[in-house]
Amino acid sequence: MPADAFRRFSTRQGGVLWAPPCPRTMIRYILRRLLIMIPTLFGISIIAFIIIQLPPGDYLTTVIAQLSASGDLVEEDVIASLKAQYGLDRPMHVQYLKWISNILLRGDFGTSFEWDVAVGELIWSRLGLTVTLSVATLLFTWAVAFPVGIYAAVRQYSWGDYLFTGIGFVGLAIPNFLLALVLMYVAFKYFNQSVGGLFSPDFVEAPWTWARVQDMLGHLWVPMIILGTAGTAGLIRIMRANLLDELRKPYVKTARAKGLSELRLLLKYPVRVALNPFVSTIGLTLPILISGSAIVSVVLSLPTSGPLLLRALIAQDMYLAGSFILMLGIITVLGTLLSDLLLAWLDPRIRFDD
Amino acid sequence: MPVERQLPAEDLLLEVRDLHVHFPLDEGTVKAVAGVDFDVYRNRTLCVVGESGCGKSVSAQSILQLVDRPGRIVQGQIRFHRHDADGSVTVTDLAALRSSSRALRAIRGRHIGMVFQEPNTSLSPIHTVGNQISEVIQLHLGEDEEAARRRGIEMLERVGIARPAQNYDAYTFELSGGMRQRVMIAMALVCSPALLIADEPTTALDVTTQAQIMSLLQELQADFGMGVMLITHDLGVVAEMADDVVVMYLGQVAEYGDVDRIFHAPAHPYTKALLRSIPNLDFDQDIRLDSIRGMVPDPFHRPVGCPFGPRCDEVIEGRCEAENPPAFSLEEGGSVRCLHYEEVTLS
Amino acid sequence: MTARAMESDRQEAINVATQWQLMWWRFRKHRLAMTSLVIVILIYLVALLAEFLAPFTPDEFQADYTYAPPQRLHLFLETENGLRFQPWVHGYKVEIEEEALRRVFVPDEEVIHEIGFFVSGVPITLFGFLETDRHLVGPKDPEAPMFLFGADKLGRDMLTRMIYGTRISMSIGLVGVALSLILGILLGGLSGFLGGHVDNIIQRVIEFIRSVPTIPLWMGLAAALPTDWPPLRIYFGITVILSFIGWTELARVIRGRFLALRTEDFVVAAHLDGVGQMRIILHHMVPSFLSHIIAALTLAIPNMILAETSLSFLGLGLRPPIVSWGVLLQEAQNIRTVATAPWLFSTGGAVFIAILALNFVGDGLRDAADPYAR
Ligand SMILES: Nc1ncnc2c1ncn2[C@@H]1O[C@H](COP(=O)(O)OP(=O)(O)O)[C@@H](O)[C@H]1O
Ligand code: SF4
Ligand SMILES: [Mg+2]
Repeated sequence: MPADAFRRFSTRQGGVLWAPPCPRTMIRYILRRLLIMIPTLFGISIIAFIIIQLPPGDYLTTVIAQLSASGDLVEEDVIASLKAQYGLDRPMHVQYLKWISNILLRGDFGTSFEWDVAVGELIWSRLGLTVTLSVATLLFTWAVAFPVGIYAAVRQYSWGDYLFTGIGFVGLAIPNFLLALVLMYVAFKYFNQSVGGLFSPDFVEAPWTWARVQDMLGHLWVPMIILGTAGTAGLIRIMRANLLDELRKPYVKTARAKGLSELRLLLKYPVRVALNPFVSTIGLTLPILISGSAIVSVVLSLPTSGPLLLRALIAQDMYLAGSFILMLGIITVLGTLLSDLLLAWLDPRIRFDD
Repeated sequence: MPVERQLPAEDLLLEVRDLHVHFPLDEGTVKAVAGVDFDVYRNRTLCVVGESGCGKSVSAQSILQLVDRPGRIVQGQIRFHRHDADGSVTVTDLAALRSSSRALRAIRGRHIGMVFQEPNTSLSPIHTVGNQISEVIQLHLGEDEEAARRRGIEMLERVGIARPAQNYDAYTFELSGGMRQRVMIAMALVCSPALLIADEPTTALDVTTQAQIMSLLQELQADFGMGVMLITHDLGVVAEMADDVVVMYLGQVAEYGDVDRIFHAPAHPYTKALLRSIPNLDFDQDIRLDSIRGMVPDPFHRPVGCPFGPRCDEVIEGRCEAENPPAFSLEEGGSVRCLHYEEVTLS
Repeated sequence: MTARAMESDRQEAINVATQWQLMWWRFRKHRLAMTSLVIVILIYLVALLAEFLAPFTPDEFQADYTYAPPQRLHLFLETENGLRFQPWVHGYKVEIEEEALRRVFVPDEEVIHEIGFFVSGVPITLFGFLETDRHLVGPKDPEAPMFLFGADKLGRDMLTRMIYGTRISMSIGLVGVALSLILGILLGGLSGFLGGHVDNIIQRVIEFIRSVPTIPLWMGLAAALPTDWPPLRIYFGITVILSFIGWTELARVIRGRFLALRTEDFVVAAHLDGVGQMRIILHHMVPSFLSHIIAALTLAIPNMILAETSLSFLGLGLRPPIVSWGVLLQEAQNIRTVATAPWLFSTGGAVFIAILALNFVGDGLRDAADPYAR
């Protein structure tokens, strides 16, 4: 967000609400944060690799099984050449290096034997939709939790406060997939509608156009609400608790003693300070959303990563499954990185903390 | 309460009359302030002393209606005399205004400035010094950002902050405690208010810094010609700073008068006990009021009769347990809430 | 042991007792938490006594009653000498729905099946050794249909299956949490007690695990379990996988308590006394934060249950013939089936109540253990 946009918030009624940080400290922070990320990414790639290796037998066994199933004779030297091609006769760490360097250098994730195409061809659009769904849910969660959290804190113990706390607990206790099932059931039974999918039948295979985007937005809200309910409930509680804490701090009284109006004071000081722990929850929320979307997508048959990952796992199509797990992990880490940077941008105490 | 002291009426800034502030809690009602009267004049410093919990902060904060919920002014007046440039004087009863009213907000920070005890937590940790200062300027003086910045930096320099332009853009966690308190003072004074209320401004600071801040306040008062209400539990500070003194006990003014009279001819048994508890009036010593016999009663159970009765050395048997003495005027000026002075007023 | 140490031990016993008492008093004031505690205890009792409480066994089926809807339970029976307490249900009769041309069950008003207590049914073994054929409730005529929560696609009683599912799902929560606790205490304790580099490394690992999306990871690990494993081994495999990720939160809480306690006066004092490190841990630290751990454990159980339910629902967790809540819900996966047999959802109600109750108890415990922390 450009600094000017924030300046425009500034009114004659008391100056700027917030000024952006100086670029140099920010760059230092970004570099430091990027360094920390490297071991995490490495760890994720190891886990994905282990998952690929876990099922009994290896990739080759499945290929051979497939070949013999289709009636081809499998000869010793074919097996040997296949082994060499996939490096299966080499020690584990060499196999890992080969696998990861193929991904890093050539974007080659291996082959999905079930679909008989390169994994890369299968995962990108699905990952894209997963990200779209997760980010949309995150925004939805925030858009609801932020004002409601403020309301619940400012009007503590009011009727509304209790109502939201109640909804929060209910949201917490219903598993996502159950909520999805119930919603589908209600839509099917009482509105005779199917709420599954992300596109209308006309658009499922269509290329990306504005109309397709609109169609998707029309379908997105169902999984968004299902995925977002529990998170929203949690965030409302976090925001409420933080704000209640901040409202008791002396700097609020100082601001009041300056003659600021209650609303402006609330927004500029306690809400602004309480925003930071709120932003820092992205790091925790994002994995949960991506995680949850896997299962909700299965129920709602959305064209995101979840259903394909499930299918790959059941069929032991391990390169496909492993690539999904790798990429979902990386996306999560990148999301967390972004949220940390946003937080540092908002909170000077973090930038300066060496 | 008649205050018959020869102080110029045209310098009167604030008259607090019969102020009562209650906290209705689940366990019962705390009468934190139970009938307090005092005046503040231009060019003079009023010191409020008393043991911790006697209602000093609550009295001070109720002037700008900043008392925490559920605290409420239940009775009394707080008349603020606004002196305008043309010499006219407007009197407003601050206690009668709504706490979030525009009228009260126009006085906060503009005509009455306030400095709190804890500079560390009284400033926002995530806004720069400049942001927090210029806010007041823009709000009350309607200056633009540039002018506000200039004025803010000037003020920082005035309160003795080194490299003011640089520190204007600093965050408060980059400053020392003493510097932060200077920032607080700059913030409170940047609109040149007529009255400064400082609630134990040095309690959280080390001794050397305390002395520096006190002399800064003295200097600034001389410059700005404002009235100062200084809350402290340190009689050394009182001796150094005060023109007038309010001695508080359990939400009431035990004794009120000018500083010389209070120190040389204390009237109330509580004031006398306070003065006895000081080894000597050496400024460097950390002087605490803790050696008075007995304990402060718990706030839910105020003693019947004179509130100081259970700890008093000069109890009049049969009377002090029954009557809560009103304020009696003293010949030497000032007032005292003790039955020993009943005749003095009558004569 | 010196006299002084004995004295301090006795003193300690008193302190600990009062600490528990205080906690219990605070907990009791929390009405929602108290109610929830009763519910949780009842649920675990159901899990313990599943065989006896369930009218049938989970695999018993009546092929004539596939997808039979729930029956209405009547409590009083009209006899010649007035109303008598005698629970009963109507039988079923089959009608053909006009438009859809499919068979539907409707109550047969003519037929009354009486329900009895301690009726004899299929032989069961309670607690692994008590053999009996008595069930708490059941139809007096063993052939009569009784489907209070409806029947599934094979004509099995949903109520019975839900009761058996309670045992698996609730116990997976307990076992999983127990495993997490071992990992959590070990790593969180090391982290908090040793500090320094160890702490740093363990913290990074925790951060790492928390930053990975769990469900895909669970899916990947669960899918790797060989399909030919016997049910019990699958059960433990899944539990291990769940706790492998669930320990981080417990480790965080334990580490936090260790850090807080390390600086507290009585530990420092014990150090100065020259008491051994192990003794410090056992006698001073553990009792004082046991309450926090119990609260954290209680809050971890519902997450385990949710995870099991989700995995089994996807077909990657427990599989039939094991009966768990997730396995039961998997049968409700097809929306067309559910539309005609919505009672397949009833297990969802059990999940909801169990998770809500456990959360309230956990919250209550946490508040009681530390009234000032959030
Ligand atoms: N927020 C509050 N809630 C309840 N009681 C309060 C509150 N603030 C102050 N009080 C009561 O008012 C009395 C006076 O407090 P205060 O004015 O802060 O004392 P001090 O003279 O030390 O500044 C205290 O004894 C306390 O019981
Ligand atoms: S009125 Fe009585 S008890 Fe109160 S101060 Fe005077 S002498 Fe002491
Ligand atoms: Mg105070």
